[in-house]
Amino acid sequence: MTPTLNLWLIPVLPLAGAAINGFFGKKSSRTAVSTIALVFCGAAFAWALRVAWHFSSVSLPYQEYLAHWIRISGFTADFAFYLDQLSLVMLLVVTGVGFLIHVYSVGYMWDDPGYYRFFSYLNLFMFFMLTLVLANNYLLMFIGWEGVGLASYLLIGFWFTKDSAASAGKKAFIVNRIGDFGFLIGLFLLIQHFGSLNFADVFEKIRPIAPETAGAGLLTAIGILLMVGACGKSAQIPLYVWLPDAMEGPTPVSALIHAATMVTAGVYMVARSHVIFERAPGALTVVAIIGTLTALFAATIGITQTDIKKVLAYSTVSQLGYMFMACGVGAFSAGIFHLMTHAFFKGLLFLAAGSVIHAVGGEQDMRKMGGLRTYIPWTFLTMGIATLAIAGIPPFAGFWSKDEILWKAYQANWIYWLIGLVTAFITSFYMFRLLFMTFFGDYHGHQVDAHGHARPAHGHDDHSHGEPHESPAVMLVPLMILAVLSVVGGLVGIGNGFEHFLAPVFGTGEAASAAGEGASHGMELLLMFVSVLVAASGAVLAWVLYVSKAYLPQKIADTLGGFYSAVLNKYYVDELYAALFVKPLVDGSTHILWQGVDRKVIDDSINDAADGALHVSDNVRHMQSGNLRSYAGWIAAGSAVVIAYMIWLGVGR
Amino acid sequence: MVPLSYYLVLSGILFACGVVGFLIKRNIITIFMSIELMLNGVNLSFVAFAAHWHALAGQVFVFFVMVVAAAEATVGLAIIIAVYRTRETLNVDQVNLLKL
Repeated sequence: MTPTLNLWLIPVLPLAGAAINGFFGKKSSRTAVSTIALVFCGAAFAWALRVAWHFSSVSLPYQEYLAHWIRISGFTADFAFYLDQLSLVMLLVVTGVGFLIHVYSVGYMWDDPGYYRFFSYLNLFMFFMLTLVLANNYLLMFIGWEGVGLASYLLIGFWFTKDSAASAGKKAFIVNRIGDFGFLIGLFLLIQHFGSLNFADVFEKIRPIAPETAGAGLLTAIGILLMVGACGKSAQIPLYVWLPDAMEGPTPVSALIHAATMVTAGVYMVARSHVIFERAPGALTVVAIIGTLTALFAATIGITQTDIKKVLAYSTVSQLGYMFMACGVGAFSAGIFHLMTHAFFKGLLFLAAGSVIHAVGGEQDMRKMGGLRTYIPWTFLTMGIATLAIAGIPPFAGFWSKDEILWKAYQANWIYWLIGLVTAFITSFYMFRLLFMTFFGDYHGHQVDAHGHARPAHGHDDHSHGEPHESPAVMLVPLMILAVLSVVGGLVGIGNGFEHFLAPVFGTGEAASAAGEGASHGMELLLMFVSVLVAASGAVLAWVLYVSKAYLPQKIADTLGGFYSAVLNKYYVDELYAALFVKPLVDGSTHILWQGVDRKVIDDSINDAADGALHVSDNVRHMQSGNLRSYAGWIAAGSAVVIAYMIWLGVGR
Repeated sequence: MVPLSYYLVLSGILFACGVVGFLIKRNIITIFMSIELMLNGVNLSFVAFAAHWHALAGQVFVFFVMVVAAAEATVGLAIIIAVYRTRETLNVDQVNLLKL
């Protein structure tokens, strides 16, 4: 018998937390606020664990109907939830990592005046993200999709008194809307041609369709449109520009939303729609190319950044590119595997970076750090583990997932593999660069006035700052747990265990590639060896450039000249977008829509109509002479006309 | 038997007298009497039709019109007295406060 899982509790619990903190948090103490946030988020995690515990005893995919939503002449979208292996993985990652980040935030945000607001938003985000993950139809998923966008907007602009934070929030929101436009049109096409948005129904109807190998058809169009949506949410070329700016938000937000969970929603959506993509090779190729290019492109920008969070942001974009590359070559389970390990180590990296920023009193510029490993050993240790994980050094988590992706990419097309490998090298290089610049060498913090650069809402600048100081335990414990997960998280992938777990979702395509795998096992080992070598050499290069011969980077930068400054300025993509899209839009809106249409057409027509009415009335009012007999005369004359007309009618007949 | 048309012509003449009186007279009382004349002109046509068609409804109507006219006369005279008390005139051309 299938036990009742009550999946609906998982999203609703954080919603309750958000509501309580949002409505009553202002008057509550910090302890009460954090207790409520942690209890509700923790309860969701506990419930997710319970679901995982009973997972083997339910028939999959498990569907749970909660309430009616939309039912119009054959089209149905309900509040209903859908659980299979894929959503279970996402569920555990989101609630687990989310809970750890909640715990961390208790320490990190303690001195912020918007404490209750922060936790309310954070819980709200959890609600929407879990709705996204658990939805059983695209429309409910879209609700979650938009909801996380909203939470992201609120949290990026959390310090809204800062202009840059407010505009970064707007930028994220607007860029995401562009992606959502594609997503929505994809959904409309699905409704038009398949009459449903329920995953089960849609996929049932699509399965018999043959792959569109020759030319592009309906499924390719839908696939590409969904991909556009995923590009926005998951920060892929050309819509990645919002993610680096999103670092204006508090660091736990960057960890939770802009690294571990929300930005992976696009990958989840593509993986969820794998039935569509598998029958649309054209769309898959687009996914793979965009993913590969994004991975390389963002990684190169990551090399030159000096803001610790910006490096991590570009690294996130790059890693998301890996996931898309995996999905694009049909290795959806590898993509989800990397999504999971990435959630661990990138969440950890951001939290550790937050701990560093906390330690040095709000400074984010790595050039003003250095030598911190003696001051904050625990942060150093955990961040080191995360760096090893993301660089792909065995046996850390990132190695297993990244290697899986590279291997699948190699099977599909060696060019993907080659670019992926180059990216892996760059990744390793810039991550170790970050580590060395931050923790090795001498501390540069004394030379500058750290107070001037303190985050506005960060209270630590008051009591600082002779020495950087280690963070409190409430921040360190989540770091350590995530560090452990970053070490062992990849082990589930050994022997394709993770792939087999997800096989019921992704079906036969995976099984076929698994069959081909045994034949070339030696090749796989060789590639694995190459990628480890590449990762290690990236680390060594970083050591040479940033520790042993620290004068070299400047020289190299000078030699490269224009190219270096192009990379430093993020290839001028923001400027390009501003010139191509933003400026024409603003100018057009100002001169044509505002001054032209709004002022001249709409305002003037209304004003003229009012003036005309006034003018006419002014003339007509003289008819009101006040002379009783003239009124009576008008009435009599009118009656006479009516009577004459009636007589005429009578005579005419 | 007097033909119906005679009654109707008389009724029309009475009504026209009322209208003309209403339009050319300035004294409120006279105007008031003109109104009564119009009402009774109409009454006459009602009873004429009622007799001609042997239908009772017209006669019933006349009773209603007379009752309403009586009520109107009461109210109207009261207004006229009030106007005279405040303005000391019965000339309608001087009762023009509503004029803009």
